[in-house]
Amino acid sequence: MTEIGTGEAIVFWVCAVLSVTGALGLILSRRTVHSAMWLALTMISLAVLYIANAAPFLGMVQIIVYTGAVMMLFLFVLMVVGVDSSDSLVETLRGQRVAAILLAVGFGVLLTAGLGSALSGIPMVGLDAANAEYGGNVEGIARLLFSDYIIAFEIVAALLITAALGALVLTHRERWRPKLTQADLMRQRIASGAPGPLPTPGVFARHNAVDAPALLPDGTLAEQSVPAPLRARGDLRPVDIGAVEETRALTEGEAVFGPTVTPVADDPGASPGERS
Amino acid sequence: MNPENYIIVSGLLFTIGALGVMIRRNAIVVFMSIELMLNAANLAFVSFARINGTLDGQVVAFFVMIVAAAEVVVGLAIIVTIFRTRRSASIDEPNLLKY
Repeated sequence: MTEIGTGEAIVFWVCAVLSVTGALGLILSRRTVHSAMWLALTMISLAVLYIANAAPFLGMVQIIVYTGAVMMLFLFVLMVVGVDSSDSLVETLRGQRVAAILLAVGFGVLLTAGLGSALSGIPMVGLDAANAEYGGNVEGIARLLFSDYIIAFEIVAALLITAALGALVLTHRERWRPKLTQADLMRQRIASGAPGPLPTPGVFARHNAVDAPALLPDGTLAEQSVPAPLRARGDLRPVDIGAVEETRALTEGEAVFGPTVTPVADDPGASPGERS
Repeated sequence: MNPENYIIVSGLLFTIGALGVMIRRNAIVVFMSIELMLNAANLAFVSFARINGTLDGQVVAFFVMIVAAAEVVVGLAIIVTIFRTRRSASIDEPNLLKY
């Protein structure tokens, strides 16, 4: 019979409080992501409890399988389903929440009090002898797993393969229409009537401020090139007629780039605020 | 400190998990509560293995972990499938089999 030392008692109390806190946080959090984080805390403190409880192999498996794989899967599905899918507060069954809390408190008191009184003062054999028989905890578990529990082990292997196949079948989606190729996408873009992006402010204009509308090749204003709020307020920078003429001349090949005799179009003084 | 403290913590965690299954509506939170209950049972298995001085409890806890992993895979696949058709992760929504 072995005794529990002070160090283990400290580890137990810290991890027990942490795990129960995490469990309460899991069921009390409004948002699902917070619930998942609380559950991860519980899983990690449980892993420490396993290691303190002479089960180092299970502690490691707990961290790798639960906090590594299972919690990752939960978070992945949360991202698919939507992070903001929080609970509705409407009770479909009246009084269900109160009844559930009462039931849980009764069940908890019954369980802990019953187990506590039934197990109080029970001698603890300890795992030192069982571990030493085959040279360690991992070796002992391996010995049991591959001899006494070999049938269960094989069945569990089949179960894992079935679960993976089941997940594939459940989440498989049939493709209703053929996949769009690059050529199809190009045809769609051409057919939509606007194959290119919208003109940006300043293109064909003589000024690159955001409120300077672009000039189309025929010299008219491209209203779409100015952000919608400015359009709604009518805050378009007035366009110099000379610039329009110059642009038209440029696009029709009648002029060359360079200094002209027309008035300078990018005069910064004409901002919309001082127009009146 | 006594070895039954571990069992009491395990009972507390199981109770909290059961409460979560009963009061929460979001299918993912309900699923996480089920995982919590499985973990509580695992803690009890590990503690009883130590109290009894045999490794069988740890082997059983190992099997519980494997079965829980398989259950998570299938369960989350079901949740994703239901979400695709009903656009909701609430467990009150799927009532097609009711009438």
